[in-house]
Order: sequence, then C-alpha cells, then structure tokens
Amino acid sequence: MADLTAPTTSGPRAAGAHEFDATKARSQGELVLRRFLRHKLAMTSLATLVLLIVMAYVGPVFWAFSYEDTSSGSYLAPSPDHPLGTTQVGKDLLALLMRGTQYSIQIGLLAALAATVLGVLLGALSGYLRGFVDSLVNRVVDLLLILPLIGVAAIVIRAISGAWFVVALTVAAFLWMQIARITRGETLSLSEREFVEAARASGAGTWRIILKHLVPNMVGSITVNATLTVATAVLTEAALSFLGLGVQIPDTSLGVIIGENYTQVMMRPWLFWAPFLVLVLISLTINFIGDGLRDAFDPRQTKVRA
Amino acid sequence: MIRYIIRRLLISIPVLLVGTFLSYVMVTSLGDPLSELRAKPGVTEADVQAAAHALGLDKPVLVRYWDWLTGFVQGDWGTSVALGTARADVYTMVTDALWVTVQLVIAAQVLAIILGVAVGVLAAVRQYSIFDYTATSLAFLMFSMPVFCVAILLKSYGIQLNNLLVSLGLDRWLTTAGPPTGGYTGDLGEVVFSYTGTFLLPTISLMLISFAAYSRFQRASMLETLHSDYVRTARAKGISQARVIFRHAFRNALIPVTTLAALSFGTLFTGAVLTETVFGWHGMGSLLVTAVRQFDPNILMGWLVVVAIAVVVFNLIADILYVFLDPRIRLG
Repeated sequence: MADLTAPTTSGPRAAGAHEFDATKARSQGELVLRRFLRHKLAMTSLATLVLLIVMAYVGPVFWAFSYEDTSSGSYLAPSPDHPLGTTQVGKDLLALLMRGTQYSIQIGLLAALAATVLGVLLGALSGYLRGFVDSLVNRVVDLLLILPLIGVAAIVIRAISGAWFVVALTVAAFLWMQIARITRGETLSLSEREFVEAARASGAGTWRIILKHLVPNMVGSITVNATLTVATAVLTEAALSFLGLGVQIPDTSLGVIIGENYTQVMMRPWLFWAPFLVLVLISLTINFIGDGLRDAFDPRQTKVRA
Repeated sequence: MIRYIIRRLLISIPVLLVGTFLSYVMVTSLGDPLSELRAKPGVTEADVQAAAHALGLDKPVLVRYWDWLTGFVQGDWGTSVALGTARADVYTMVTDALWVTVQLVIAAQVLAIILGVAVGVLAAVRQYSIFDYTATSLAFLMFSMPVFCVAILLKSYGIQLNNLLVSLGLDRWLTTAGPPTGGYTGDLGEVVFSYTGTFLLPTISLMLISFAAYSRFQRASMLETLHSDYVRTARAKGISQARVIFRHAFRNALIPVTTLAALSFGTLFTGAVLTETVFGWHGMGSLLVTAVRQFDPNILMGWLVVVAIAVVVFNLIADILYVFLDPRIRLG
C-alpha cells in the first residue's frame, strides 16, 4: 500500500470551484483507494495482517528465547515463562511461531510476486504476439497443469534445498498459469483497441506497449489475483512442509510446526491450535483483502459505494 | 463424439510425452538413488559402481528414458532402486496406492458436488437470506483452511466420539488409523459399520474445501441464469417457480461447476495426499514421501505419470459433460 491517506479534495483546482468538480477530479487510482479504504472487512484484515507481520519480525528481538534454543524442558505446559508451552525437544512455541510466521509470509509474498511477474509477462506476450509464442506458452501451461505440484515441488526442494526462497520459487513455478491465462485473455481484447494501435503507429516496441499500455489497463485483475495467490502460496508451503517435503528442520515454518506437533492435539491442544490459528488468520485476512480489492477495482459487483 | 474423444486423447499424448521426459530428466539428474547404499559402512566405490551398472544407472539419460518409456507402456514400470523397499515392483506399488487414494477422492468428490450444488442453488434462490450469509461465511472460512488441519481436527473429534461410544458400552466406530488390516469382515451390518467408520472422517475432511468452492460457483452461476432473458421469458409464460428453477435455470447453471469439478481433480489429489498422511492410510501420499526421501526414480516416475494421466482424463470428462448439459455447445 503506497499511500494510505485519503485523497484530499482541496488543492489548487479547488479554488472557486464547485464542490462537485472536486469529486470529478479524482483519478481512477484515487477512486479505487477510496473504495478500498471504506471496505471495513478488508481494512480490518489488513490491520490484523500488518499487526501479525510486525509481531513476527519485531517480537524475536524482545523475546527471551530463540527458535533454535532447546534448553527448556520437554512439553512444558503454558506458563508465564512459556506462554504457549514448549515442544518435545524443548523449544519455546512462541519463538517458533514468530519464526514460522516470518517464513510463511516471506514464502507467500515471494512466491506470489514471482508468479505474478512471470504470469503477466508470459500472458501479455502470448496475447499480444499471438501465433507461435502464444501456442508455445499455451503448451507450457497445459504441461504444468497436468504435472502434480506436490510431487514435482517435493522432488525439486529435496534435491536443491529447503531454503525459504527455493520453496517460494518452486511453488511460484506452479502458480503463475492462472494469472497468465487471465492476462492473455485481457490482452487479446485490449490489443484491438485504438490506443494500442496509436502506440504502435507512433513506433512503440512490443515491450513498451506491454509494460506502458497494456499492463496499466489490467492492474485491477492482476492485483486481485496476485493477492489471492499469496494465500494459495502460504497454504501450499504449509502443506509441503507439513509432509516434511518443504522447509527443513532446524529451520521452521507454520507447516513444519503443525507437522511436528499435531499428534499432541488431544494431550496438549495448544501445540496444534496456536500454529493452526495463525495460519488460518494469515490466509483468511489475505483472502478478505483480495475480496476488498476486487470490490474496489470493480464497483459494479458490490454493495460498497465510493 | 467418439472421434472428438480420440482426437483429444491424441492431442494430449505429446503433452504427456514431453511431461514424462522432463520429469525423467529432473528425477534422474537431481538425486542419487544409491545414496543410502553409499552411506553404508564397508561399501566401496566399486560396489556402488556395480550396483549402478546392474540397475542401468550408468547409461545416458536418453537411453534410460527410452528404456523406461517402452517398459512403461507395456506395463513394466521397473523396480524400486533404493535399498529400503528391496526392489519391489513399481507397478503394484503405485496401482495399490492409487486405488486407496482414488476411493477417497471419488467419495469426497461426489459428496462435495452434491452438497455444493444443493447449497449453491438454495443460496442463489434465497439470495441475501440468513442461509445465504451463513453459507457464504462458511465457504470463506473453508477456503482459508489448510486441508490437513481440517483432517487433524476431525481426527481428534473422532477419537473423542469413539471414547464416548466406548464409555457408553458400545463398539468404537470411527477408524482414525487407516483401513482395517484384514479387510472388512463379518456380516453385512458389520461391513457397512466398519466401512463407513473407515471412510467417514477422511472423506469429510477432503470434501469440505471443494464443497466450499463448488457452492460459491454454483451460487454465482445460478444467480446469473436466474437473471437471464430466457428465464424471464419462462416466467412470463406463467411456468411455475419450481419448474423455472429446475428445468430452465438449474441445468445451464451446472456448467461452470462441471468445469471446476473436473479441473480441481489435481487439487483434490493433493488434498488426498495430506488427508491420508493424517489418517495413516498407505496411499499415494505415503508413497510420495518415501519415494522422495529415497529419491527412487522409478517410483517417482510412476507416481508423476499416473497423476498426470488422471488429470488429462478428468479434463476430457469435463469437456464431454458440457455437451450433455448445454445443447448450445457442439464438440468439433
């Protein structure tokens, strides 16, 4: 979020102008931002998510235990010293949770970013150039859609490493196809429009047309899908790590913590519920933010008015 | 129609071939299946070389791929290479595991479609009612739920229910540690009892997430058809509400869900892998985990290819179902 302050209606053009003129002067971006800021559920979710992220990154600085510290007793019950108890090997669960949240968020964001960039570029390229490039990209999409993500990702991660960026990029390699399809579809219709023809007539190259003329016109659907991809990536990483095929111990992620402790759900419910709730909170808030963005970009579909 | 099916299958063959080749290169170049052997004390480099030669691991990738491919189409999927599973036949390993998983996936898919469509239609017909809002909120929650967490929760409640049954002097019903080893025995009542007890929890946990997606899709497409011109025409002719909903709107509103159901087979499969792990079933999930740990090329290939073929077949089924649902679509 670049600028969270509400757009002001004052300024040079307000002098002597009618009140309604000021409203008309709002740009598309300002309108979208305004609608998003008024979306209560999305704003609450954004605040919750930001709070969670701040806690995950700032918390470890002040917290007494490190996620690698195994000096505490095994399976201690929650107490003032260990608010969420300890695991079998004597790690403080709160410290693990903060580290795990960092990783889940980092992986989700990097995976979504990589998937979006790849999907938008390939989708726009295949929709704009058509012909050979289009069929090539389509065949690659077909191929990746039939290969099972969980199997291939597990193999690649096992072979290279369970470092967070490897996990993120591997997951991204299987999440860009939907964005590419959407971008391709929009490019096909946009590239018939006059402004693209004008740009081409004035000598703009393929990349300039894609980056300066096509992509800005698709910013709505790209943003919404990128946001939803973050949630998918977070859950995919959690699933892989839960199976022991993603992030590797001694490092940790929310999926690793759940996988390590879920057998204790009856005896020591907090060991499962704490990482579970954080994971659900992350993906739920991201989904709500995506929903709010969709409403903000496409006001026809919603009851929220700007 | 048959010509269309044949043509579609022929088109997917090159995609599958490229897919298997890339998978083969990936599987063989990324890992060393003999690492367990190598790590054993007293094993010399010559032993490893001999083992690699005996297994054909020292041939060039292209030759090995060709050997694998010709074997695969003839039903000889090779043997597992790593030591742990003692050269077991991959075909039996993968098909056994697949059967376990497919039972789970189909049961969950059927339940999810029926429930999802029913809830979606009802939510659309009663738009903005309490039912609609409840269904929407639940669907949102389910979307954000990792499938393995649903499974873990259901398992823990299943154990509690069992304990309750036992304390009431009854038999425990729900199985939370895999299917019974001796198969299902006893009279019909007992078989049904143990069969439902085995399948109930894994099926529900796998079903819930697809169910959420289907109900949302069904609601959206039902709303769209309910507001379309031909439905208005039908109403204007004086046709009853029930007939309009089921005869005119419902049938066309099924199309998007059909696509989604067929395309979500891959996702459901991933979900099944996770659900099985939680409930201790020996299906494709545990097979993948062991194969990846040992980096066994033949098992990994069998696993990847079987899933890829399944996805292709389900996509085709979706295309064929369109024709039955929407007479406006013609397959050419």
